[in-house]
Amino acid sequence: MLVRAIVQLLLSFALAPLLVGIVNRVKSLFAGRVGPPLLQPYHDLLKLLRKGAVYSRTTTWVFRAGPVVALAAVITAALLLPIAGAPAPVFFTGDFILLAYLLALARFVTALAALDTGSSFEGMGAAREVTFSSLAEPALFLSMLVLARATGATSLSGMLGGALPGAWTAAGPALLIAVIVLFVVALAENSRVPVDDPNTHLELTMIHEVMVLDHGGPDLALILYGASLKLFLFGALIVQVAAGAALRGGWGDLAVFAGGMVGFALAVGTVESLMARLKLTRVPQMLVGATVLSAFALVLLVR
Amino acid sequence: MALLVAGLVLTAASGALAVLLSSWPRIAQRAATAALCLGSALGVAAAAAVLASGSVLETAPLSPLPYGAVSLRVDGLAAFFLIPIFAIPALGSVYGGRYYPQVERGARAARLQLFYGLVTAGMALVVAAGNAALFLVGWEVMALSGFFLVFTEHEEGPVQRAAFVYLATTHVGTLCLFALFALLLRETGTLELGRMAGLSAAGPRAGAIFALALSGFGLKAGLVPLHFWLPEAHAAAPSHVSAVMSGVLLKTGIYGLLRVTGLFDAPPAAWGASLLAIGAVSAVLGVAFALSQHDLKRLLAYHSVENVGIIAMGAGLALLGRSRGDPTLMALGFSGAVLHVVNHATFKSLLFFGAGAIQEACGTRDIERLGGLGRAMPGVATLFLVGAAAISGLPPLNGFVSEWFVALGALRALGLPRGDPAALAALAAPALALVGGLAAACFVKVHGAVFLGSARSTAPARAHDAPPAMLAPMAVLAAACIAVGLLPQALAPALHRAAAGWARLPAGAVAGSALDAGASAARVSLAGALLLIAVAATLALRRWRLPGGQPRGQTWGCGFALPTARMQYTASSLAKMLLQPFKGVVRPHVEATLPDGLFPQEAAYHAEVPDTVLDLLIAPLLRAADAVALQVRSVTPVRVSVHALLVIVTLVAALAWRFLWW
Repeated sequence: MLVRAIVQLLLSFALAPLLVGIVNRVKSLFAGRVGPPLLQPYHDLLKLLRKGAVYSRTTTWVFRAGPVVALAAVITAALLLPIAGAPAPVFFTGDFILLAYLLALARFVTALAALDTGSSFEGMGAAREVTFSSLAEPALFLSMLVLARATGATSLSGMLGGALPGAWTAAGPALLIAVIVLFVVALAENSRVPVDDPNTHLELTMIHEVMVLDHGGPDLALILYGASLKLFLFGALIVQVAAGAALRGGWGDLAVFAGGMVGFALAVGTVESLMARLKLTRVPQMLVGATVLSAFALVLLVR
Repeated sequence: MALLVAGLVLTAASGALAVLLSSWPRIAQRAATAALCLGSALGVAAAAAVLASGSVLETAPLSPLPYGAVSLRVDGLAAFFLIPIFAIPALGSVYGGRYYPQVERGARAARLQLFYGLVTAGMALVVAAGNAALFLVGWEVMALSGFFLVFTEHEEGPVQRAAFVYLATTHVGTLCLFALFALLLRETGTLELGRMAGLSAAGPRAGAIFALALSGFGLKAGLVPLHFWLPEAHAAAPSHVSAVMSGVLLKTGIYGLLRVTGLFDAPPAAWGASLLAIGAVSAVLGVAFALSQHDLKRLLAYHSVENVGIIAMGAGLALLGRSRGDPTLMALGFSGAVLHVVNHATFKSLLFFGAGAIQEACGTRDIERLGGLGRAMPGVATLFLVGAAAISGLPPLNGFVSEWFVALGALRALGLPRGDPAALAALAAPALALVGGLAAACFVKVHGAVFLGSARSTAPARAHDAPPAMLAPMAVLAAACIAVGLLPQALAPALHRAAAGWARLPAGAVAGSALDAGASAARVSLAGALLLIAVAATLALRRWRLPGGQPRGQTWGCGFALPTARMQYTASSLAKMLLQPFKGVVRPHVEATLPDGLFPQEAAYHAEVPDTVLDLLIAPLLRAADAVALQVRSVTPVRVSVHALLVIVTLVAALAWRFLWW
């Protein structure tokens, strides 16, 4: 079991940038462009790793530690998440709380690194990032509680394991709400349209991208890889909840899971192509709406 | 027990040394610090022995005073509180040796040390008292020493206001406690806390006892809306005093709440639910107010409201667990609450010590005037960062562990059977998540505005790193934050024994859940280790690709070549968007000159966020009472003899009522 978990984990580490490649390809198809190759994110990472870096004179060690700690936190979070329905290498009661807080740690150090530059743009990005993420956090927790209540499990590996098919028959509507809320949270946490636009070239309108304006070379590679791994984690979570009964144990699950992940990338790319970015002041409303929706789902189950 | 008594006497007497030897200030302060540290070490040793053995430490009752035998009693609950009560003031006194030296400050420093020792002994006495009368003695020693400590810089107007608001509120709290213990005496016929246990929680009198405990102890602990005195008092005191008041003294309120609720058998679910709700409101509003502040110490004081809220949430879950007969829920809530008491004492003192070092180096604690201190004060910056991450509840530090226990309690409540409204206590988990997110945002703001970027005024220009005597206590606290965060399972057995003692369950009743939570805590520790390995590996990769010696340039300003420090994002703008949802409660007073016309000349913006409860509720009430009192005085004759007569008549009437009808 542990061997399988580790093999799957290494596969996820290897394939995370591919997910971003698929999203970009979907967007180019919608726009009628040829678009970059699917493997372009890997080329970008390798190119950045070969480059040097220039540091701002105002920065201290915090600026350089930011990308390192952020990536390490996301990697540790990945160790807690089951892949393709198989238990994660490390699982225990309440591990989803640790996962959420590890992502918070990544955000904390990234925002501090942004402020270390003394740039107003990066300060603005940090302010938006911490605002939206602290509003997204309750929605994430509530949908995890829905999952816990529906499956009667207390760890991620339990929630996404054998009890899930039964939970879909017993508490389908609540779980459906949870999947929708998780998708909204995933878009917000991964700086995707309609919250943030990873493609924009106007610093004033960006959130995550503007925080990392001053990072370059290998530092930027760590950040980009961390971002793709985080998107992969959210995708894996959502796909496994949604797939539910389709994951029956055995290596065939990997194919189902891979299909689901491609579907997730298609969904993200489609949303990104068809929607405009929300006005900044609307984003908190969307996140509070998601929170209320998931609280409703929880009340459905507890009542 | 001899250890504890020796510790109490030494800490109480330590300050007297500073006063007696004041002709030789250097020696006086060293002697007082040494005595306080020695006394604290003895006290910590006594508490640690109780925690390690799981036994209860009790003195033989001393000759009976009018209100029952005077005795000391330290069980697991008390021992957990005793550790920060002794340890933080000891570290603070070492810090104070450089921060508030008697050589420079003279008699004022001597007086401060006198009350510093007394407040320590008073808090320890509150926690170790086996008798309500002794408890109240300790409570008043602590409260009054606290007043004199806040009053240290007594020429300053804000300090006077803060100190008197503190004095008035603490006495209102004491009044509640007198009523509380009087009711308990009527119910049980004794003032000995050990013999009160096993009260029935049914009936209005039990409800009244809980309400009095909630208001009296809640006032000390700073639960919303009874927190209004706290930010000013904690900001007004010297920093090592703020550390003790904010980090430790508040917790005596939590101790009292836990002690009194522990006396009852099967407390009703409403108690746990109300404590949980009050805790959640305190936590969210505390951090919202903290976000709006730009005075560093006021901001930290509001974070105490937040953390006390988290502790109350844990205590509420523990009470719910007892009312539902679920030892696991009880143990998780209790462990979260008590561990957070210790953890908050650790990181809050660390942060206040850091704030003191900043204030000393820059002469201001307005974070809008600071910036870029990380280069001038690398030691303080690094240690402050550890405290900031810990208070934000981030792994692998201690703040995460206790918040995680509370969240596990919420998860456990979720498992209650369908239709039980207590399952809604699970909403504590998303509330905690919101609080954690906001706290992290607030400390991004604080650390970013103070230590990162470039200086926003000339104040940080002459800054220097703090001397070793101030850095060493901070380093000890930071090490404690890391140690508890990485090895939480070491504390699990002691926490579960204390929980079983509090709920008066046999030690075995918590064993099953103890195993589970202990095993989970061990996994948290494993995850912490994995995180450190991941950091090391990523760091190695970065080192390999970037061996150092990279060129330095200017921060990217979208092509603008002359950035200045004034272009940086300010702390207020960082918090502004986050405060939008709280605009009903957080009401800033803004004085602004906005830029106007095609060639704007001057622009200024200044915002202060006063405490809404104090300004909109308490102050108007007091003013109204004042007006009524003036009216009354104007109709009575001003002769003193008439006043004396009125006093005597009132007294006689009260006595007659007491003896004839009651």
